[in-house]
Amino acid sequence: MNYVIIGNSAAAVGTIAGIREIDSTGKITVISDEKYHTYSRPLISYWLEGRVTDKNIYYRSADFYEKNGVETILGKKATKIDTKEKRVVLEDGLSVPYDKLMVATGSKPFVPPMKGLEKVNYHTFMTLDSVKAIRSEIKKGMKVLIIGAGLIGLKAAEALSAYETDITVIDLADRILPSILDVKSGIKMQKHIEKHGVRFILKTSAEEFSERSVKLQNGMTVDFDMLIVAVGVRPNTELISDAGGKVERGIITDMTQKTSLDDIYSAGDCTVSYDAAAETERILAILPNAYLQGETAGRNMAGRENYYVNAIPMNAIGLFGLHIISAGDYNGEEYVAETENTYKKLVFRDNKLKGYILLGDVERAGIYTGIIKEGLDISEVDEDLLKEKPQMMMFSKERREEKLGGIVR
Amino acid sequence: MKRVYVNEDWCLACHLCEYYCAAANSGAPDMVKAFNTEGKKPIPRIRVEEGKDDNAGVNFAVQCRHCDAKPCVKGCITGALSVNDGVVSVDESRCVGCYTCVLSCPYGCVVIDGEGHRIQKCDLCVKNHGGEPACVQGCPNRAIVFEER
Repeated sequence: MNYVIIGNSAAAVGTIAGIREIDSTGKITVISDEKYHTYSRPLISYWLEGRVTDKNIYYRSADFYEKNGVETILGKKATKIDTKEKRVVLEDGLSVPYDKLMVATGSKPFVPPMKGLEKVNYHTFMTLDSVKAIRSEIKKGMKVLIIGAGLIGLKAAEALSAYETDITVIDLADRILPSILDVKSGIKMQKHIEKHGVRFILKTSAEEFSERSVKLQNGMTVDFDMLIVAVGVRPNTELISDAGGKVERGIITDMTQKTSLDDIYSAGDCTVSYDAAAETERILAILPNAYLQGETAGRNMAGRENYYVNAIPMNAIGLFGLHIISAGDYNGEEYVAETENTYKKLVFRDNKLKGYILLGDVERAGIYTGIIKEGLDISEVDEDLLKEKPQMMMFSKERREEKLGGIVR
Repeated sequence: MKRVYVNEDWCLACHLCEYYCAAANSGAPDMVKAFNTEGKKPIPRIRVEEGKDDNAGVNFAVQCRHCDAKPCVKGCITGALSVNDGVVSVDESRCVGCYTCVLSCPYGCVVIDGEGHRIQKCDLCVKNHGGEPACVQGCPNRAIVFEER
């Protein structure tokens, strides 16, 4: 069997693991337009901050490809899938034949049209090369403007504050991390980040850029030495859509991660997932999802049918030492408990835990994640203990024995 | 593979397993030296839950199940968590303390080492003395066992 994987990040590594569980000898070729050994994209902010070394940015050990019998074609973009001939065409015109193909092309930074932006030497924050470019230009005391108060923008702010820079973040939304946090936790996190010298200007957007400053819709003008655009990302779907495959907001797959095209699979940030908490389809651009989708796809590509189910949105975020863990869907009946430094929101619907936000105290949060994924009815747990904190004590003895391995006989 | 199991009918909530665990992973030669330190106190990777009110008398220790699903390893953003012969362990030098594993573990068994900006977890004592894990050796009531099931 001849497997080809386009992409070299978490979904690709998951695919390799899935294939190798079943097929230890088939040929695997990884194609990527980036020249690097597989590295962790979420670590680029840590690398820029200086908390992760050049060596530790890699997602798998140096001998990973060799140990898994993987050949690599790095630094070359795949430009087309020829489904008739079953070949992947590269930018230099060469092509690679496949029996089973994985498209794990991820996403790219979205830069909306903004007046005057062409005059600015701006940065995005997505790849190792993008943070290398930032590191080569950043200097102590610089004024940095970040557009976008989402996860990427704020991790960029955290990293750049290590260079003693003067940071301003603007966002159209009325609060930070709007896709992950609710109003109260958003305000708590914002206040915490502001204590570290980051300034936020919310509910506004850029009206017009000049080379070193921007006029905002709200009338303010902000000067900057460096501009980072972190508004959002868009999935890389063109290879599939150009080949005639089904694409909506992202690449559409079935539960085996197969696309609408024969022998072509897809996983990771370029795909649409079924969100089991909100019971709707959406892109779940998170690393665990990418790996698990890849693993499922790999097994199917190697001939063992299995399905990827129970995906939910979930995030673990640390910013300037304050941690948030959240998961699931926030529509439903709320239970909220807070102290000065912590915040907890649990959301119930249809007698089930559907979502949660924990700020400050995030210990054992995964117990909540597990309950959401299992779709456990609240009548099966002690509700007071569930609300108190994540703990195994909330389960019945029988269920606990099942989970922890039974009693000693 | 052999795993650690807890019989909650026999657990006295004495918390000795926590102390043995913390000491065994502290690098100190004995319990006294592990805890009698000016610096950071060692953190246990096993934790005892003690029942109150309706659950009074229900006690049990919980640590990593080294489960088959391994969501912590598969979701790890750095590659710090890995599996060797079924045992899940963390390379602390590669952990950045993002806590994605804390988010993922349905048993709540990844321990936050806040000061170190990283996590700790049970590795069945394979990295320290090997053999029977310290929590099992130290349990005075044989409520914690190490066996194949």
